[in-house]
Amino acid sequence: MSAADGRLLDVASLAVQLPVGGELRTVLHDVSFHIGPGEALGLVGESGSGKSMTARAIARLLPAGAVTTGTISYAGGDVTALKGAALRSYRAEVAMVFQDPRAHINPVRRIGDFMTEALRTNHGVSKADAVARAIGLLAEVGIADGQRRLEQHPHELSGGLLQRVMIASALLTEPRLLLADEPTTALDVTTQADVMAILDDLRRERGMALLFITHDLELASAVCDRTAVMYAGQLVEQRTSSQLHDDPLHPYTAGLVGARPRIDGDVTRLAAIPGRPRSAYEAPAGCAFADRCEHVEDACGEARPPLEPIEDGFVRCRRATELRGMLRAGGRHG
Amino acid sequence: MGESAVPLASGPSDPSGSTGEALLSVRGLTKHFGTNVAVDDVSFDIARGGSLAIVGESGSGKTTIAKMVVGLLAPTSGTITTCGHDRSTPARGAAERRRRGAEVQIVFQDPYSSLDPRQSGASAIDEVLALHRGGSSADRALRVAELGDLVGLDDRQLRALPKALSGGQRQRVAIARALAAEPQLLILDESVAALDVSIQAQVLNLLADVRADTGVSYLLISHDLAVVRQITDDVIVMHRGVVVERGATRDVLDHPQAAYTRLLRASVPTPGWRPRRRSEWTDAPDLSDVSDVSAG
Ligand SMILES: Nc1ncnc2c1ncn2[C@@H]1O[C@H](COP(=O)(O)OP(=O)(O)OP(=O)(O)O)[C@@H](O)[C@H]1O
Ligand SMILES: Nc1ncnc2c1ncn2[C@@H]1O[C@H](COP(=O)(O)OP(=O)(O)OP(=O)(O)O)[C@@H](O)[C@H]1O
Ligand SMILES: [Mg+2]
Ligand SMILES: [Mg+2]
Repeated sequence: MSAADGRLLDVASLAVQLPVGGELRTVLHDVSFHIGPGEALGLVGESGSGKSMTARAIARLLPAGAVTTGTISYAGGDVTALKGAALRSYRAEVAMVFQDPRAHINPVRRIGDFMTEALRTNHGVSKADAVARAIGLLAEVGIADGQRRLEQHPHELSGGLLQRVMIASALLTEPRLLLADEPTTALDVTTQADVMAILDDLRRERGMALLFITHDLELASAVCDRTAVMYAGQLVEQRTSSQLHDDPLHPYTAGLVGARPRIDGDVTRLAAIPGRPRSAYEAPAGCAFADRCEHVEDACGEARPPLEPIEDGFVRCRRATELRGMLRAGGRHG
Repeated sequence: MGESAVPLASGPSDPSGSTGEALLSVRGLTKHFGTNVAVDDVSFDIARGGSLAIVGESGSGKTTIAKMVVGLLAPTSGTITTCGHDRSTPARGAAERRRRGAEVQIVFQDPYSSLDPRQSGASAIDEVLALHRGGSSADRALRVAELGDLVGLDDRQLRALPKALSGGQRQRVAIARALAAEPQLLILDESVAALDVSIQAQVLNLLADVRADTGVSYLLISHDLAVVRQITDDVIVMHRGVVVERGATRDVLDHPQAAYTRLLRASVPTPGWRPRRRSEWTDAPDLSDVSDVSAG
């Protein structure tokens, strides 16, 4: 099955509330984006802004008691309504690489059992075949001694080895959609390039769609067609990746671009965005970024700006057109 | 065997060339896991107030070194001294353990597994304050809020259990907890990797301030070479358990000498970069010297 509009995943006005101490708190609201087969969407943004929750909502892995509104459709079907066999077959097509592999891989089971379980139970692959495929994929992600690794337990693997085990397991089932939550943070840059090259090939050869959560804007711009930026539970900008990096339109995005330390030069003091990070539920009433924005005006506090279409994407800032071109210069000091 | 097989750029962290009192001194450090040699004859010094990075391949032994320095793993051979005290053997008694804790704190690579799932951030930080700094519970509560503020966590987030926090929020709880002990050496193992670049900038600025104010030393393990440049003076580069290059951070990043360091430097994503597999490099730096070392 496939959606008529060529979108494999379509998220529209997604909102998620989680129970905290007896009340519901908003962690996501009005999140909309889509990904087609073979496409990669980057997702960057503030720590705590809801990137992982977005991926978990799509994977149907939200914490107990979560309330979801809006729609998530996959290949034309409503994901939030899936049950039983339909949910199982959805899970067989959509794989997730978790941000914190150690928290998601059972510490008392062997790596081999973890990696081959889904293949054997959901896809009916024999044990010997599953093991051979696992070893092959481990080799591709730069783990040469796969046979020995399959016999080991998680505590015997380094952070980056375990992260690659998680990536390889996700790819073993040949997903049509991969939700990758900071999948290369524990990898050296050379190994990261190996992994990204594999994901690139899978997109081109098999049309795998990719949601790629990262903090590395350069990496996102190199591997993703479009990149979306999250702040306090909502998307504030979505653009083609190179444009987002070279010509950011939202003041928060510009702040991010300007905060990065440099590898090829010295910066005495990094230009962090002033103020404390904001959760969705405590964001100010108008523009969520208003209280930390250096371009704020009175009118910014009045109403929440909509996500407005602009050339190659969308931006949620009422001054975007007016400020265009001025943001980068203001972003970096020192 | 080991590092002598590779030409090494000398730098301030060169054990033979170091000047001033070393806060941490590591000599011939080696760790075997069964037949696997995870760390092979590694030596380095960190001066009081100094900042050293360990970079290198995933699985090359960086976290294993950190665990031996804090005393969570016993070395197969080699010595570790901090402030003139040996720490290569297990601590005897609670007083000795507490002294070692006050000397060296670590922020682990996986904050989820290093935080107690049943304990809020505030209570974890308070526990460290009570153990190492004392003071009334009201004083400690103020300090907990202050530390939370420094790493960008509000009261609600400090009171939440780890599982109700995002990855970067957990990482900041772990950083605040380590700073609470006011250690002389702080080991940061991929401790800013889960932070967005703006909060990362705040934390890196904070770490620079704390170092300038208190003279704390850092041992930073990171895959992010820009972060390494930002907060360390010296660096050692590891590949398969051995040190393949060492020197001043700036020199090593601007003029990498060892083949592995050159490969690493060339793999950093920059505008226009395309991911490609190591095997696809037609102009790949020759890694034969590196494999010679690990085989030798
Ligand atoms: N189980 C939970 N119950 C209540 N709130 C939660 C729970 N898990 C996460 N949160 C909150 O939801 C918000 C979004 O979290 P999420 O993990 O999606 O952030 P993120 O964007 O992935 O951040 P990071 O970059 O730090 O990983 C955070 O403010 C977090 O504190
Ligand atoms: N407890 C253990 N038992 C067996 N082998 C181990 C154990 N801890 C680590 N190792 C092995 O030692 C080697 C070095 O691991 P270490 O965690 O030090 O690597 P690292 O350099 O920190 O890697 P990463 O960048 O991926 O975190 C790896 O091959 C790992 O599998
Ligand atoms: Mg996250
Ligand atoms: Mg490690």
